[in-house]
Amino acid sequence: MDANERPLLKIEGLQKSFGQIDVLKGISMTVRKGEVVSIIGPSGSGKTTLLRCVNFLETYEHGSIQIAGQEVGFRDSSNRQRRGETDLARMRAETGMVFQSFNLFPHLTAAQNVMLGLVKVRKKSKQEAREIAEHWLTRVGLDHRIDNLPSELSGGQQQRVGIARAVAMEPKILLLDEITSALDPELVNEVLDVVRQLTEEGMTMLMVTHEIAFARDASNRIVFMDDGKVSAEGPPKELMAQAGSNERLDAFLSRFRTSHLH
Amino acid sequence: MAAVLYALPFLLQGLLITLWVSALVVVFSLVIGVILGVGLVYGPRPVQWLVRLFSDCIRGIPILVLIFVVYYGSPPLGIAIDSFWAGVVALTLFKAAQVIEYARGAISSIPKGQMEAGKAIGLTFLQRLQSVIFPQAIRRFLPPWINGVTDAVKGSALISLLGVVDLMQSINEVIGRTYEAMPLYLLGAVIYFVINYSLSLTSRYVERRYAYIRD
Amino acid sequence: MNYHLNFNLIWRHFDKLWQGLILSLELAVLSILIGAIIGLVLAIWYVSAGRVVRGVISAYVEFIRNVPLILLVYIVFYGIPTVVDFAYSATVSFVGTLSLYAGAYLVEVFRSGLEAVPRGQIDAGKAIGLTPLQRLLHVRLPTMARITLPALSNTFISLFKDTSVASVISVPELTYGAQWINFNTFRIVEVYIVTTVMYLVTGYGILFGLRLMERRFRAER
Repeated sequence: MDANERPLLKIEGLQKSFGQIDVLKGISMTVRKGEVVSIIGPSGSGKTTLLRCVNFLETYEHGSIQIAGQEVGFRDSSNRQRRGETDLARMRAETGMVFQSFNLFPHLTAAQNVMLGLVKVRKKSKQEAREIAEHWLTRVGLDHRIDNLPSELSGGQQQRVGIARAVAMEPKILLLDEITSALDPELVNEVLDVVRQLTEEGMTMLMVTHEIAFARDASNRIVFMDDGKVSAEGPPKELMAQAGSNERLDAFLSRFRTSHLH
Repeated sequence: MAAVLYALPFLLQGLLITLWVSALVVVFSLVIGVILGVGLVYGPRPVQWLVRLFSDCIRGIPILVLIFVVYYGSPPLGIAIDSFWAGVVALTLFKAAQVIEYARGAISSIPKGQMEAGKAIGLTFLQRLQSVIFPQAIRRFLPPWINGVTDAVKGSALISLLGVVDLMQSINEVIGRTYEAMPLYLLGAVIYFVINYSLSLTSRYVERRYAYIRD
Repeated sequence: MNYHLNFNLIWRHFDKLWQGLILSLELAVLSILIGAIIGLVLAIWYVSAGRVVRGVISAYVEFIRNVPLILLVYIVFYGIPTVVDFAYSATVSFVGTLSLYAGAYLVEVFRSGLEAVPRGQIDAGKAIGLTPLQRLLHVRLPTMARITLPALSNTFISLFKDTSVASVISVPELTYGAQWINFNTFRIVEVYIVTTVMYLVTGYGILFGLRLMERRFRAER
């Protein structure tokens, strides 16, 4: 019970600006172990920036982000001394990230993409890494594509390799950044099916998504971000119910109402 | 014709010096240029400024002046350097500035997401360079770099002015003894041409081979 | 490191450097002008010629590009007068060499510029009934000029630096002036500091000016 009390991811008072523009204006939120949390909101609301801060692809000015009690980018939250390169790499390996634009390594095959982190970071033998890669690529339905280069795969297949690359590292938490936005509509479902499977197996996830229906069905909680702040949050049903009292949320959701009905 | 035959062994020695100087310059400048090129792209601001300043200054000075600066300028500053190494140092500086630009071009052609994906799976900076950036950058780097080797070979002819008996100087010396200028100059030109033209052909071949790889 | 900088002797002989710089610029300007004419004529000839002419032009280009400039300078100044009975000064000889050298680089620049003119523009020229010469003058050359301007600027800066090689046949340009002061005053470090700064300031000054002109030129069109 105790483990569930302490959140796996704890964000407090997070502030971030690009030059003059404040992107995150004091975000606080938590994700518990095994929980699936979706972040929704209009574009420009800071969703992706928030996600990128969690594995320190972006640095931030104020606030703290802790994973399993450890500060992410800084040695500790009080003196904000940036972690060294090796230390940072070790921390990042604790989180998995799947990108909107896949970011597969084009010079490596699907298997090699998955193996790279296992060999270099987890220090596994090539053989063991290969077995793990084959296992995960099979799990995402790509057992026939293991030795293909990314350029030989469809967008949906590439993104499934991206997911396999992230989960093979056995991260404490998986970060998904609009992973279906760059895909043709008919390829979206094959990727979402993989994510759904992972949620059922208890993987902790924080995802930014535009697939409202999917967020509603697959998440334990939804966070609605607007203008750099958390505007509303709660279990899917509760959040949807708040729309009546939250004008911005209502405006945002109304765009999806039609697709809701299905 | 007789003069040319008589000169051949001597020219061959000069050619070896030319090749040796070029090889040293190519290797040293590759190491220095790639390191500084990485510094130019990924280094902190002050490093970026320093590398930019170095590259722009070197590229703004004629190679011949660079050679004179190193050769005549070192002794007054208390650095003992002979003509051979003065030439190698000067040409290395010149080539390194080129390599910096090739490396910068090649590295910045790789999408930012590649570096981020490397970070996300926990690779350190050097691991990202080694496993993610360099393998992709090399196909953009190689063709201009191989082609640029000709600049080292051609530039090395200038160290004849310091008295180093390279191919150029050995030609001058044979002419000084035989007074048959034109045949020897042309022979020299043919030798330089063969070396450099093979390098440009290699560069084009490599470029065409890599052109088939899509990403 | 007990060397004490003393620039007095440099300033006393500064005219050697100043006159040298002026001559360097003159050499570069003359060479780019003549070289551009060579390059343009050969480029136009190349794109419309058969295989033999193309082969000859390519041979010229590849020969010049793959032989050290200093050797070309020797061939023209010391070599050619031994086989033909024709006398010319070192300066004339160098301008000739550097022009041929520039020409070889500019053929490539102009050729790719000509080939970069979109097919559609040439077809449009044909459609309104322009003759081949009119198409060249009014369609291909103006478009090519815009594309090749940056490359021309770069070539000019390279030529300006290459004029230093003229010192090997005693043309009194900037590097020659520097060597003269070097050998006559032994203020080695000072003279090369001043010379280097002169090359850098002039080179980047010109480059900056040319870039401004390019931008103007583009804005006007």
